[in-house]
Amino acid sequence: MITQATSAQRRTPPAATGGARNGYLSWLAVPALLIFIGFGVIPLVGVLFLSFTSWDGLGEIHLSGLTSWQSVLSDPGLPHALWITFLVMAASWGFQTPLSILIGVFLAGQQRYRAVLAVVFFIPLLLSQAAIAIAYKALLDPNFGLGAGLHIDLLVQDWLGRPVLAFSVVIFVVSWQFIPFHSLIYQGGVRQIPRTMYEAAEMDGAGRVRKFFSITLPQLKYTIITSSTLMVVGSLTFFDLIFVLTAGGPGDATRVLALDMYKRGFQANLMGPASAIAVILVLVGLALALLLRRLGGRDPQASQMEGA
Amino acid sequence: MDVTQAGTHRRVNGTRGERPNWLGGLVSLLWLAVVIIPIYWIVITSFKAQSSYYATNPLAPPTEPTLANYRMVIESDFPLYFLNSLIVTIGAVVPAVAFSFMAAYAVVRGGTGRFLRGVNSLFLMGLAIPLQATIIPVYLIIIRLHLYDSLLGLILPSIAFAIPLSVLVLSNFIRDVPKELFESMRLDGASEWMTLWRLAFPLTRPAVVTVTIYNALQIWNGFLLPLILTQSPDKRTLPLALWSFQGQYSVNVPAVLASVVLTTLPILILYVVGRRQLISGLTVGFSK
Repeated sequence: MITQATSAQRRTPPAATGGARNGYLSWLAVPALLIFIGFGVIPLVGVLFLSFTSWDGLGEIHLSGLTSWQSVLSDPGLPHALWITFLVMAASWGFQTPLSILIGVFLAGQQRYRAVLAVVFFIPLLLSQAAIAIAYKALLDPNFGLGAGLHIDLLVQDWLGRPVLAFSVVIFVVSWQFIPFHSLIYQGGVRQIPRTMYEAAEMDGAGRVRKFFSITLPQLKYTIITSSTLMVVGSLTFFDLIFVLTAGGPGDATRVLALDMYKRGFQANLMGPASAIAVILVLVGLALALLLRRLGGRDPQASQMEGA
Repeated sequence: MDVTQAGTHRRVNGTRGERPNWLGGLVSLLWLAVVIIPIYWIVITSFKAQSSYYATNPLAPPTEPTLANYRMVIESDFPLYFLNSLIVTIGAVVPAVAFSFMAAYAVVRGGTGRFLRGVNSLFLMGLAIPLQATIIPVYLIIIRLHLYDSLLGLILPSIAFAIPLSVLVLSNFIRDVPKELFESMRLDGASEWMTLWRLAFPLTRPAVVTVTIYNALQIWNGFLLPLILTQSPDKRTLPLALWSFQGQYSVNVPAVLASVVLTTLPILILYVVGRRQLISGLTVGFSK
């Protein structure tokens, strides 16, 4: 024990020491590792394997080569699902980001309302997407919803019955849940910008708008990447919300990849093609993560942190 | 002379900088309304009688508030679903946080070893992958383990899904514990196991609380796993029960909304209790 300690002190990075201690430390990681391998790594490899099989979800699994891939890749449903996934991603990012930055900047400067807003703004995050979707379904009901009750004709629409409206509702509900959270991230980012930068700009006579575009926005670069990563990667996982709200409909207007996978696998009992879709979903997720990391230009650990 | 000039100069500019940000204020106020109105509507409607729901102004508070909707929900199988959710959440969060903390400690303290570096990279990779995509093999594994339609079958994948982010956040915080403290613990002859629980764990409590609440929220609200891995009504967790309740009683909006409120209540209480640490934990975590 004592020799280990002294050898540790002699080295400059004190974390590294004798093999025995490292060996013991390794054991500490084993429970997490085992369960993650069992229900994370093996399924990830398994989904690739299953994409080369045919399985109805109950019976035997048969190897079937490229059959699933052929059927998926030749199905016009796939480009459609990819397109809808991309649209959801782009629209939810484009709607949420400017609003979140604006609210975040405002909150950062206002000490008085911050505590109250922080409480209110967290509530949408606490609700399950299933609960939110159910509440919005009732709220938007053309006959019994809020619009009908208030007799405001503009609000009385077949919100979930028309493709463009249903898509917009999905984006709105996503924003309803997540804009508050992203505002708080931006608020944190703005508060880290050194005051002296603003003071220097004020000396030069810069106004509010000028300060925003030449100091705030550039200084928020990493916060924007953080928030965008969360939005973009998160948008791949809007399963619960869309499933309960529209079930992919009307028609297939909101049938994103995750929903396409579920419907093929667990409703049509075609696990092979569903696995192929899942592989595509994984690839899209990885590609996006890599792309955003490149945009960020930070070390992987930091950008992964943000990816959380 | 110069000093006073500089002083006044700064003060003048300071006041100019504090001129109200009208656009930001307006948008914030507007969005506050957007956030609050549906919540307000959910809460007041849940206290309205079904008959008055269709007749009254939807945004007016109930003239005769009633608990009938809540009674109806509670007298259904709601308590059972509540218990299922509680078992799954506690059963998954406690091991997930404990295992993640041990792994994070190992990664930080022995991070130069090849094995632990590999473990860390594996967890980091797990963050970039949408885990829903692995649901089909998870379904297969759960069937083969004969855990289909059981609460344990929900708990195991929930733990696995929670690990990557938990390890990452916890290891970021453990890294901030001054190295000298670890050294002095070791010089006192403390084992790694003792150092982990007696030193690292209490010093990173805000992070542990944050990770616990975050995971509890994810698992409590989880929908996909119960949807796919359970079948019988008595194994339902709350979000899934909510969904089928809605299908069953879609005409009784106040009762559906009462069930929404009841489902959210426990997590709201947890949030109020741990709010301070959650927000500070998230802020520190994200601004690193």
